[in-house]
Amino acid sequence: MIAAQDIENFLNLLAAGLLTGAIYGLMCVGLSVIFGVMRVINFAQGEFMMLGMYMALGAFLFLSNAGFGDAAPFIAALLAGIPIFLLGIALHKTLVSRVTGLGGTALQGEGHYAQLILTLGISLILANGGLVVFGSAPVSISTPLSSMSWGEGALPLGDNVLLFINRGQTIAAVVAIAVVIAFALFMARSRLGRSLRAAADNPRAAIYMGVDVDRAYRLAFGFGVGITAIGGGLLASSYPFQPYVGIEYVIVMYAGVVLGGLGSLRGAFFGGLTIGLVQQLSALILPNQLQNTAIFVVFLLIVLIRPEGLFGRAARRA
Amino acid sequence: MLGFALAYGAVGWFLDNSYYQLVMTVVLVWAVMGLAWNLLSGYSGLVSFGHAAFFGLGAYFVVIAQIEWGLTPWLSIPIAAALGGLAGLIVGVPTFRLRGHYFALAMLAYPLALLYVFEWRGYQEATIPMRREAPAAFMQFDDGRVYIFIALALTIGAMVLTRRIEQSRFGLSLLAIKQDEVAAEAAGIPTLAWKLKAIALSGAIASAIGGFYAVVQLVVTPQSVFGMLVSAQALIVAMFGGVGTVWGPIIGAVVLVPLSATLDAKLAGVLPGIQGVVYGVAIIAVITLAPDGVFWKVRDHWLRRRGTAPQRTSSATPVAETVPGDFSASKDGPQSVLEVRNVSKAFGGLKAVSEVSLDVRRGEILGIIGPNGAGKTTLFNLLNGFSAPDQGEVRFNGENLVGRRASEICRRGVGRTFQVVKPFRRMTIADNVVIGAYVRTRTDDDARTLAAQAMAVVGLTQDAGLIAGNISNLQLRLMELARALASKPTLLLLDEIFAGLTSGEVEQVMTVIRKLAKLGITIVIIEHTMRAMVQLVDRFVVLDHGAVLTAGTADVVTKDPKVIEAYLGKKWAANA
Repeated sequence: MIAAQDIENFLNLLAAGLLTGAIYGLMCVGLSVIFGVMRVINFAQGEFMMLGMYMALGAFLFLSNAGFGDAAPFIAALLAGIPIFLLGIALHKTLVSRVTGLGGTALQGEGHYAQLILTLGISLILANGGLVVFGSAPVSISTPLSSMSWGEGALPLGDNVLLFINRGQTIAAVVAIAVVIAFALFMARSRLGRSLRAAADNPRAAIYMGVDVDRAYRLAFGFGVGITAIGGGLLASSYPFQPYVGIEYVIVMYAGVVLGGLGSLRGAFFGGLTIGLVQQLSALILPNQLQNTAIFVVFLLIVLIRPEGLFGRAARRA
Repeated sequence: MLGFALAYGAVGWFLDNSYYQLVMTVVLVWAVMGLAWNLLSGYSGLVSFGHAAFFGLGAYFVVIAQIEWGLTPWLSIPIAAALGGLAGLIVGVPTFRLRGHYFALAMLAYPLALLYVFEWRGYQEATIPMRREAPAAFMQFDDGRVYIFIALALTIGAMVLTRRIEQSRFGLSLLAIKQDEVAAEAAGIPTLAWKLKAIALSGAIASAIGGFYAVVQLVVTPQSVFGMLVSAQALIVAMFGGVGTVWGPIIGAVVLVPLSATLDAKLAGVLPGIQGVVYGVAIIAVITLAPDGVFWKVRDHWLRRRGTAPQRTSSATPVAETVPGDFSASKDGPQSVLEVRNVSKAFGGLKAVSEVSLDVRRGEILGIIGPNGAGKTTLFNLLNGFSAPDQGEVRFNGENLVGRRASEICRRGVGRTFQVVKPFRRMTIADNVVIGAYVRTRTDDDARTLAAQAMAVVGLTQDAGLIAGNISNLQLRLMELARALASKPTLLLLDEIFAGLTSGEVEQVMTVIRKLAKLGITIVIIEHTMRAMVQLVDRFVVLDHGAVLTAGTADVVTKDPKVIEAYLGKKWAANA
């Protein structure tokens, strides 16, 4: 017999999983642009997300003082993407381009090794620099919406089941989905999007066709970290964060991208969504602190059993 | 090495300040961690971001062992090493199935997962209990210098171990795996076995030093021993100082640890996390300016100034007088040394090899021809174990090969060269060939002798000391042939060995191949150069679209209208 309590637990966790999953999906789309499309390992992706969270906090404080009220956290999250986008461009121009794309082909192992190390270095500088600038105390964006549920405190479902669906998280999830759709349309329809995809598929051919591959990669990197930063900004109103938060989310993001399959933005979104579900639903059987361990296990299982993911293109040729 | 130990010990002896004593000890801790990381990742190229897992396990084991069972660190540290080795194997078996960046990411997950587990179990902070009644028995000393000497002993131990591995077939095999794992596997190197050994040793050393670190620090928290900075420090210290050399981690630790510790001590109030920033900057500087580390950069620079060309691996001194080797293949066994029955392989919708059956008679030279995309190389991959067929059997000397690893198939007597030569670019020709000899010899000296003999057969003895990354196409082809020959094959699979050679060079290689055939080695050769093939080969098999079109002698095949239509073209028919 499944008690009403169990159903209630399950549904609430399911809802939480979907809502956080949508934001994870957004973050994974950002990583997918870099990892899936450019095939660049960005170990610092979590740190860009973290900076996005802090940028969002700053923008939020400004906006709520300027009277934007309830919409403030979400607009702040969107705005947070811009400085991170610019930072990504700057870092790519100075450092990352040396070990990726055309600059990387001269290096051993096509530069993958160097990418890992370089982005590790960037991650260390950003995380610890963040510690210096922001301090180690956890902060978050708190608004009335982030602690309110739909309905009169809860949504009743049937006799004994109450659904607590957080309003702030719901709006955040909707915003996240909107950004994903907008970006997908951009990549599919716009000229810049098409040149990005061409440059990713076959840089040499793209050059011959007049695409500025370097610029395309630079923009892709900027978009990748910017989008993830927006995701971070959206998360910021639900969860507290501190400068070291990035490392936890790196695995979450890679797990989502790998699950969804490399090279597929759609896959990355659904991969992130799935990871969010796994994380929340694992609370049914595991203690809370081990939620992330569940994600790691899932990540390992995916790369071992089905490395091309759900939607990915089959990679290997002997 | 002894000099270093004495110098370091002398400096340590004269230090009064206990803080500096601690720093000197911690420098050595990170040097050993760097050596442990180097053993796996520096030599083999599999970047591990998760060595904190072993370090933390060792640290917590030592602490918990003393709290729960009163075990002294003198005992628990060696036990921790054993546990670390076991952990290495447990981690290695699933994780080595992953390539490149997936491996690094997966390794990242292990210490993080352990961190959560230990926090959940309530070990937020574990302290080593003081034992005032018998401090020495529990490795608890007032005088900080004792710890320096213990650490020094551990460091020298790790250095000696690393040195011995570096100079043995273990080290060279790891380097081969790093430079081209596929080629190493085909040459008979049991890549998985070596990788597991490397990670077991690496884990053991990391756990041991983690245990020692716990003794020195007295308090462990999950973040301090499983955290990202631990894995990063191991990596950075080794990379900064020099990858793949025993001195690298020492240099890295001696430079970076005091630097960051001092900055941390002086500036932590104002700039918390300065340590991380220093390491981050160091690693970015290294990877952009001196990707292999300070040691190699300095050594290359110094060698260049002296006028010697820098070389990476110790080249074998060419063996002056070699007894000619015996590479003749055994005449025992079934008349068909290789039987291929109904072998198929599809990649998605594409049927690359379609129900191919053929026999290779002992001692013959069989030519496989066919248009591009006919499935010839795929067939070779199925024969030597890089791919498993979807159906069918491959019997070598009566034994079924399907499902076996490539290195095992090489050990059974199948040698292979590649369409695009796969040299170990940073090694000398001699070292490249020695890799092939390992599968057939027990001692390293025997391997060098066998390699010298193989080089003599193909005619490369005078070039043995050249670095493989800088040689001509002919030398590359001959080298790959020698490398395959060094495993004393019964069957040689040559994939387009004449590609890119001038007609004079083709003659040279053909002479060598005829020599090998006279020794009884069975040879299967994929080629396009018909003129050469017709002179060399006993029989032909023609493949088209993955299936056997026809088989037979040169006369029969070149006149077969199906073959002419598929491959040779009407012009050949006119001139035949």
